[in-house]
Order: sequence, then structure tokens, then C-alpha cells
Amino acid sequence: MTDRELRVSKIENGTVIDHIPGGQALNVLAILGIDGTSGEVVSIGMNVPSDRLGRKDVVKVEDRELSQSELDVLSLIAPAATINIIRGYEVAEKHRVERPTEVSGILQCSNHNCISVDDEPITPRFEVLDDGVRCVYCDTIIRDDLPAHILV
Amino acid sequence: MRHDHITSTKQLSRGDIEAILDRASDIAADPSAYADRQEDALLGLLFFEPSTRTKMSFSAAIKRLGGDIVDMGPVDSSSVKKGESLADTVRVVEGYADALVVRHPSEGSAQMASEYVDVPLINAGDGAGQHPTQTLLDLYTIRESAGLDGLTIGIMGDLKYGRTVHSLAQALTNFDASQHFVSPESLKLPRNVRYDLHEEGSSIKEHTDLETILPSLDVLYVTRIQQERFPDESEYRAVAGEYQIDADLLSAAKDDLTVMHPLPRVDEIAYDVDETSHAKYFEQAHNGVPVRMALLDTLLEGEP
Repeated sequence: MTDRELRVSKIENGTVIDHIPGGQALNVLAILGIDGTSGEVVSIGMNVPSDRLGRKDVVKVEDRELSQSELDVLSLIAPAATINIIRGYEVAEKHRVERPTEVSGILQCSNHNCISVDDEPITPRFEVLDDGVRCVYCDTIIRDDLPAHILV
Repeated sequence: MRHDHITSTKQLSRGDIEAILDRASDIAADPSAYADRQEDALLGLLFFEPSTRTKMSFSAAIKRLGGDIVDMGPVDSSSVKKGESLADTVRVVEGYADALVVRHPSEGSAQMASEYVDVPLINAGDGAGQHPTQTLLDLYTIRESAGLDGLTIGIMGDLKYGRTVHSLAQALTNFDASQHFVSPESLKLPRNVRYDLHEEGSSIKEHTDLETILPSLDVLYVTRIQQERFPDESEYRAVAGEYQIDADLLSAAKDDLTVMHPLPRVDEIAYDVDETSHAKYFEQAHNGVPVRMALLDTLLEGEP
């Protein structure tokens, strides 16, 4: 392996998210709220050959560990993802994402007439289905483009 | 029935529904036996959008049980006008009443409101979401006229935004009912209702015109197609005309077909249908009182 490749692939401290479905890396960054303006050092591999997924994406973020709510949303678009927490260049922890039964406070309902998008003191909540999420208030089902509904 | 609140027909089992309908039958047979059942009970009415039948029949129902209403009145003269949230409004009003009835233009409003109160809360219509008490009186009317099992029903009109349709379709999955959905392409059942019917194992039989299935129907449930659902008036007129019925068209139906409508109608049922034995929509509206009496009596006393 060349030095150039090593600089891209090794991080000292941070998180490596592996086994993301091919083409979803930018959506993963959207879930993490990373748009390049906040200074994190990020490496992305897209459409990397993978025995398990055919093509996979890999995201490495330096000096950042993921919160549970970030993992919950990540599980919706990357159910096979593995999370490697790196400390001192070593894999300190390795986790699979788990699909929660409900996600709260991280997605906004796509129905503009839903009470959860009104000025009410409630947190948007969604039941997690096999192939999407469902608003517990208005029953709207969101299947496509989940990252577009992430609360910022 | 083990529900503190009635927000959606999805929460009601066949047993829950039958218990309410049985009680409604008892009430209809002998209203005087229930005249003092809920003496001193106060029902809080919070209608954030207009209502005639639902509001008046809830008022009649609690009064015929011996209770009374406290009414928020029109939104224009309430604290909502000052920007108060629904969550705050219901938390205040639950201190004035033993149960609340809420109609609100936003989907999910009743579910949200129910999370803030301890008294029973009844959804009287949440935007294009649900209208469970309308469904209970619809089911009562169907049971009286055609029976709820072995039923073939056609549900026609605005199936996408029609809250009475959503509640009825979901409730009918508890019974042996074959449901046919008749609508323009743009107003078909929404994804969430289709999902629920699919989960319950119901097949979704959809049609764009009534004539092919009319002869097989025991019940035809007609709803209004609203002009504001269409980009322009000419498109609305072209489509809406396809989903209107008259006495002549019903000559192809079974003699004992029951025609229902949650009302108000505009022109989707011609006045000449009123004179036929098919017309049950005024009886249906009248059934709102005994059915809502039965529901209030059940919720206010706790376990039936």
C-alpha cells in the first residue's frame, strides 16, 4: 500500500462507517450534518467492490463519534452498515446498526398538514416499518428520500 | 373497551365496535332508560373548523344522557385567535369537562391532543385523517340495513382526502366485507390506508367507474368530490360528473341496495334518489345520536 493510500484510509481518532449501500455515502453525510463547512476531515469511498453488497460506500470521519439518534437514522438507509470507532489508529469498538422500532426527533413529516409540523410543543415521531417510516400522528408513510426529511 | 381516547378506527377491534353498536341499539329501542345515565357530565366541544351534524349530534347525545356541553365556540372568538397552541387549549379545557370532542384541520391533531389530557378525548375529524365516530354510525346503519358480514360495499368519491372513507375502510377490515373503491385516478386511497388494508389481508379492488360493479353491491357509500382538489374548474366538472348518481342509474342495482353519504351532499346524489327505498343517508345522520350516546356512555363510565 502506498503512503498516499495510507493517508486516505487510516485515521487516528473518529468513526469509520462501512458497508453502506453503494451510492448512499452523501446521504450518510447529510444524516451526520456534514456539509464541509464545519471543518471535519472526511474521507469517502464510493462504489467500492464488496463481497456482501456488490458495491458499497465507506465514510470515515475524523474526531467524531456518532450519537444514538444518528445511528437510528443511519439504520434506515444503511441497514447493513458497520460502525468502527477508531482511537489511536486502532479499532476500539465495532458495532452493527440496529433498526429501532421508533425514531423520535430526527425526521420531519412530509405531510405539510400534519400537526407535528405546526407550532405545537411536540417532537415528531415515526414508527419504523420494514420499508420506510410512518408518522405516529398523521400516519403518513415515507419510503423514499429519507435524508430529505432529516430535521436540521 | 379499554381505550381512554378514540382517535382512529384502527384502534377498535370487532368486539369494541360491536359493543358500541349493541349499546346504540339498546338506546334506540328505549332512550328513556338512558336519560339520566350521565347526569351532571360535561362534554367539552372544541371545533376548530365548521361542523353541523357532528357537533349537533354530540350535543344532543350528551344532553339525552342527562349531561350538558361546554363549547369553545367559533375559533374567531377563542384564545386560538391569540395564537394558543392546541396542546395548551386542551390542557386548559380538560379542567372544565369530563370528556373532550375535538375537530381540527390538521391531520394527527386528535392523536397529539390525546397525549396531553387525562379525560377521554374523541376525534371528531382531523383534516384528511380520520373520523371514527362517523364510522361507528356508518357501521350501525350498515348493520341495520344490510348486515356487516357477507357484505359487498362500494365506496365512491374522494378516497384520498375523505376522512370518513379512511376510517370506514379500516374499520371494515374487522368484518367479512368485500370493499370496492371507486374514484378518479387522482383521488385513490392514500398510501397509509392501502398499507393498513394490506396488513389486514384485505384485497384492494379499485375502479374508475361505478357501472361495472353497481349490480353486485349491497351498500354504496358516496362521498363528495371537492372542487379545491383540482387545478381548475373545468377539470373538476369533467371528473365530478362521472361520480354522480341518480334514480335512473340505480335501476341497475339490487332492489335492496343501501345508498349512504356522510353529508353534506352537493350534487353527487340527485334529489330523485331520496324518494327511492335505497336512500338511507338521512337515517344514517339521525343514527349519529344513539351511536354517540353509546360511545359517550361507554367512555364516561369506563369499562362497559
